[in-house]
Amino acid sequence: MSTIAIAGTPQASEPPANVAGNHPAGAVRKCDTTGLPVCKTAERYVKLNAVMAVVFLLVGGVSALLLGLTRWPSVHLLPVDWFYRILTAHGLNMLIFWIIFMEVAILYFVGTTLLNSRLASKALAFTSFAMMLTGALLVNAMVFTGRADVMMTSYVPLRAHPGFYLGVILFAVGTLIGVINFFATVYIAKRDHTYEGSVPLVAFGAIAAAIIAVVTLLHGAIVMIPAFLWSLDLIGQPDAAWYRLVWWGLGHQSQQINVAAMVSVWYFLAHITTGAKPLNQAVCRGAFVLYILFINIASAHHLLVDPGVGATWKIWNTSYAMYLAVLASMIHGFTVPASVELAMRKKGFDKGLFGWLFAAPWRNPGFSAFFLSLVIFGFLGGITGVTLGTQQINIIAHNTLRIPGHFHTTVVGGTSLAFMGLCYYVVPLVFRREYAWRGLVRVQPYVFAAGITLMALAMSFAGSYGVPRRHWDIEFSGAPFSPGFDAAAHFMMGLVGVGAVVAFIGLLVFILLTVHAVFLGRSNEGRAMTAW
Amino acid sequence: MSLTVPEKGWFKAPTGSERLWIGLALAWCMVLTLMMPFWHLRGKQNSTGEAYRVKPADFAARVARFVDANKVGELAGITVVAPAPGTDIYLQAQMWRWYPVLKLKKDQTYRLHVSSLDLQHSLSLQPMNMNFQILPGYDHVLTVTPTMAGEYSIICNEFCGIGHHMMVGRIIVEE
Repeated sequence: MSTIAIAGTPQASEPPANVAGNHPAGAVRKCDTTGLPVCKTAERYVKLNAVMAVVFLLVGGVSALLLGLTRWPSVHLLPVDWFYRILTAHGLNMLIFWIIFMEVAILYFVGTTLLNSRLASKALAFTSFAMMLTGALLVNAMVFTGRADVMMTSYVPLRAHPGFYLGVILFAVGTLIGVINFFATVYIAKRDHTYEGSVPLVAFGAIAAAIIAVVTLLHGAIVMIPAFLWSLDLIGQPDAAWYRLVWWGLGHQSQQINVAAMVSVWYFLAHITTGAKPLNQAVCRGAFVLYILFINIASAHHLLVDPGVGATWKIWNTSYAMYLAVLASMIHGFTVPASVELAMRKKGFDKGLFGWLFAAPWRNPGFSAFFLSLVIFGFLGGITGVTLGTQQINIIAHNTLRIPGHFHTTVVGGTSLAFMGLCYYVVPLVFRREYAWRGLVRVQPYVFAAGITLMALAMSFAGSYGVPRRHWDIEFSGAPFSPGFDAAAHFMMGLVGVGAVVAFIGLLVFILLTVHAVFLGRSNEGRAMTAW
Repeated sequence: MSLTVPEKGWFKAPTGSERLWIGLALAWCMVLTLMMPFWHLRGKQNSTGEAYRVKPADFAARVARFVDANKVGELAGITVVAPAPGTDIYLQAQMWRWYPVLKLKKDQTYRLHVSSLDLQHSLSLQPMNMNFQILPGYDHVLTVTPTMAGEYSIICNEFCGIGHHMMVGRIIVEE
């Protein structure tokens, strides 16, 4: 059609994009580095959410160190009650508060800067932030005062103080409001024609994450509201199997929000660090659509050895659906490094098969964090995940340390590491502050990746000897019988401790340098950020 | 690029090595998809999820009747039962013990009923490392044929409170 159109002839009713965006006067600034528009309201809430994310990361990180030092058999630091308390705190602060605060920040940034729009509602952004923060503080208060020793999953009939469920509900509703604000922003950008044609790929990925988030949070409401009412003795106890089924609609899908957000961050960092462009946008976007369509039923793999759900149900839901979601990750696992390869070859790093990889900007912490995240998530996380999600293999893996061994490579080595890489650009571009001690920053992704990889592999090996997860004492002190694990399992538990300490050092370096940069870093207002 | 709107006409079929990769990945996904049902029919160890609703008190009563009828001794303070091969046998999960100790015959098949009287638990047979979720309100039925004589431990690997690590039971398999 376009080939026969005569230049200058209006082809369709679509007016040209409103390049100035839809910002009220004075509410936008131009980024001094990228030239992209930055909505000032959105910027404030990106900052607030990102700061809270890092605060909860610190709480979760200190918890992680204490847990690592307890499961290290020769250290065995915490007493039994505090071990389970800290374990509950670790799961919630890391998997929920750190990651979701960060994701809301990403949504606000993507919706405004990439779509050249203002944030739809300041009031919604404030309400969302206030509810999320209140919820997170309430949950932490309940956990640390010993009123919610129920693990992150809070499987009924384990029962916590009503404040715990209320905190989770507040946080979830607050997140939902933030997601609605994002969708409203996407809507007004479209209405006001602030961009032409289709949304950018990173925005497409963020929209996919936001759609999955809505479905996830609805599952959360369905399962958490009855649990809350039950904790108040207003209704009877929810059925244990029903709770598990619906809870995993929350628990597993929330990990897919992370995956979609992380993959969007990969595309973002690949572009900003090497100039990579996706080979085929239709392929990349199609893969995001597969996540939206197929990940919900894949939650069933958490129930592979459960009573009450039959073999046909288990196999259908975990295999068919899961592998199309796996296909999506395999596609991104190809397109992301392929786009980096093409960009590097175009720059002249064309020697041999891997010359482009050796010449990649490994000293840039944004790049190294992104690429290590890709490798750890893709190889370790992806392969262990598909393996453990098989009916027969799940029998020898369920509730053993192989499970946390798997998800520490997806959520920590994958998502958290990618988000750290993102921060190395968010702080200079959004907070407009420079990192100090740049040599240390360059090393940080490697230290963190090495620690988490060691810990996760050791967990997986210990788990394959039968060492249980969520377990204070594999010496079984006080038990009538002792299973006596293989000596190799004890050695692996020592490595879990060592890996946890190394990863914690990497985490602490990240937090200290980031907090320093945000509050005391050299300002770069009015000029481009110092290139990494 | 990833941060700006794509050029017009971006919606097109993949080509070259990208197309090849998607084809290979999809083929591999299909292999995985077929393997799980294939192995369900071919393999010897599967979780069928066979279960029946049961009130915890009713299950406890059935366990008590089963123990009374088959009691043969005591081990570490826990009653040992030796049920007849081919019968329905019972194992009760409770904070923080497995009850009773089961004495089984090698190469004989039993229908093992497991349920919980209180919280969720998880049956982890060591050192075979086989794991099954145990829920209150559900009688989880596992068809079991021990193939090796020896003493096996059952640990709980679902968090069930402060004494979780002390919840260890035993299954004895005799020639």
